[in-house]
Amino acid sequence: MSLEVALKHRLGDFVLDVAFATKGRVTALFGPSGAGKSRIIASVAGLMRPRQGRIVVGGRVLTETPRLFVPPEARRLAVVFQDSRLFPHMSVDDNLKFGWRRAAVKADAASIAHMIDLLGLEGLLHRYPRDLSGGEKARVALGRALLASPEMLLLDEPLASLDAARRDEILPYLERLARETALPMLYVSHQVDEVARLADEIVVIENGRVRLQGPVFELLADVDAPVGVPPLGAVLDAIIEEHQADGLTRLSFNGGVLFVPSLFRPDGAQVRVRLRAEDLMLAIEEPRAISANNVLSCSIAAIMPAGDHVDVQLRCGATRLVSRITGASAARLKLASGQPVYAVVKAVTVAREG
Amino acid sequence: MNGFLSPAEMTALMLSLQVSAVAVAAALPFALLTALLIARHRFAGAGVVDAVVHLPLVLPPVAVGYLLLVVFGGRGPVGAWLWEAFGIRFVFSWTGAALASALITFPLQVRAIRLALEATDAGLGEAARTLGAGWWDRLCNITVPLALPGIVSGAITAFAASLGEFGAIITFVSNIPGETQTLPLAIYAALQSPGGEVVAARLCAVSIMLALVFVTAGNLAARRLWR
Repeated sequence: MSLEVALKHRLGDFVLDVAFATKGRVTALFGPSGAGKSRIIASVAGLMRPRQGRIVVGGRVLTETPRLFVPPEARRLAVVFQDSRLFPHMSVDDNLKFGWRRAAVKADAASIAHMIDLLGLEGLLHRYPRDLSGGEKARVALGRALLASPEMLLLDEPLASLDAARRDEILPYLERLARETALPMLYVSHQVDEVARLADEIVVIENGRVRLQGPVFELLADVDAPVGVPPLGAVLDAIIEEHQADGLTRLSFNGGVLFVPSLFRPDGAQVRVRLRAEDLMLAIEEPRAISANNVLSCSIAAIMPAGDHVDVQLRCGATRLVSRITGASAARLKLASGQPVYAVVKAVTVAREG
Repeated sequence: MNGFLSPAEMTALMLSLQVSAVAVAAALPFALLTALLIARHRFAGAGVVDAVVHLPLVLPPVAVGYLLLVVFGGRGPVGAWLWEAFGIRFVFSWTGAALASALITFPLQVRAIRLALEATDAGLGEAARTLGAGWWDRLCNITVPLALPGIVSGAITAFAASLGEFGAIITFVSNIPGETQTLPLAIYAALQSPGGEVVAARLCAVSIMLALVFVTAGNLAARRLWR
């Protein structure tokens, strides 16, 4: 599903002036708080009417100032808000079915049951929102939006109001949603790990403007990206090959093999793995007899000095990796563009989904 | 209560209840719309609308009754038109008493509903919109249910206040036993006649009881807000 957004809007001193188009199934709007991400979501949802703008979702023009503005209730874009916004006077069941009852195309009983199972809501159906924990509320809000059968799901920092434990409780649900359904999503977040785990495409928003845009595999591992936004680290989709007797799980990706601590997922399942730049060690010769389980054969694509350290862009087969080392190490190894190197990754540092 | 009150006094009591019930019920939709307008929309004339809505609360009831007479009286612009077009007449009729009561207690209803609306999260309406609910749908399924305690409390308080309305009614529709003579007017009439103190005292006791019951009920309703 394609999404086209062009907006110009002024709010006091703050100017929102963004334009981007994406075909990614899960597009993340990434950026610091107050960058204007939520305004963009509100404009796409139709809850905010921009001074100037054009919004097209899947070929349907929803906003085109000044002549066209489709009201939110006719957009079929469900929103998951940061504060859940469950209806306090309705049971969980009635909350879940609120959008479903009003949907043009209704999900059938089997898919409702599947969704309730996927989000683990069976036990909550007869409760009221005041009796739910923060994590449960977030799950119900997600289910309510899904059952409305939207053309695109808009998520406005759905995890931001949750503590770390609750966040880890909801993230797997979002991941399954991103992997197992075909529903396009626009996901707003200022947490790079959420973005890395969920998104295909990233649009970096800063100060009301688009700073960067690209596929998550490219952009998050791009040493040319402006410092710190977002933090560097490669993201790769890998397939589970084997659960080994020694407790490691062998993954294959487009560029090699990776061993990680046991993953409780079936063989053949796709998992997303993030390798932080800080966790990649470089070697000129193939290291032997080391504790690290992963030695990846790569070539250096670019070297980017950044302050007291150096970011080294690596190509490992078709996959882009990145390593952050000290300037002293880079000089000692005499690293140069095009040179073959070995990237050493400790299995325990691989940030993976559960 | 039949043994306690004479048939004439019973008539005044029943008429009071009827006038107040009709007044509150008829004013409620307008009060809801006015409260929605003031609570949910920031517009230039909001202050003026708010002031006009509160006028009946601060104007002398006699003045309200007089204005009603001017507008809805037999020779008033609206009154004459209603009589000629529909055969509807407010003056010297219990419906006129209800109209006067509705107008006097209108601000009480608007105020209670508005406070309830302002206490509910406007974000819930936005959420409902993105889930496909249009204006009327949201009003029926989100706004009114959430503001219901305020609506009920406002209606009960208005009903109790309406039972005590005197000045506007006597000025607009006069004091006709069985037609416009509500409890306060009956008390007034009793005090005008020699030896009527006992009747007045009885009616007064009834008024106090009614007021206590309904004010308490209104407060209880106001406390039950959805959280």
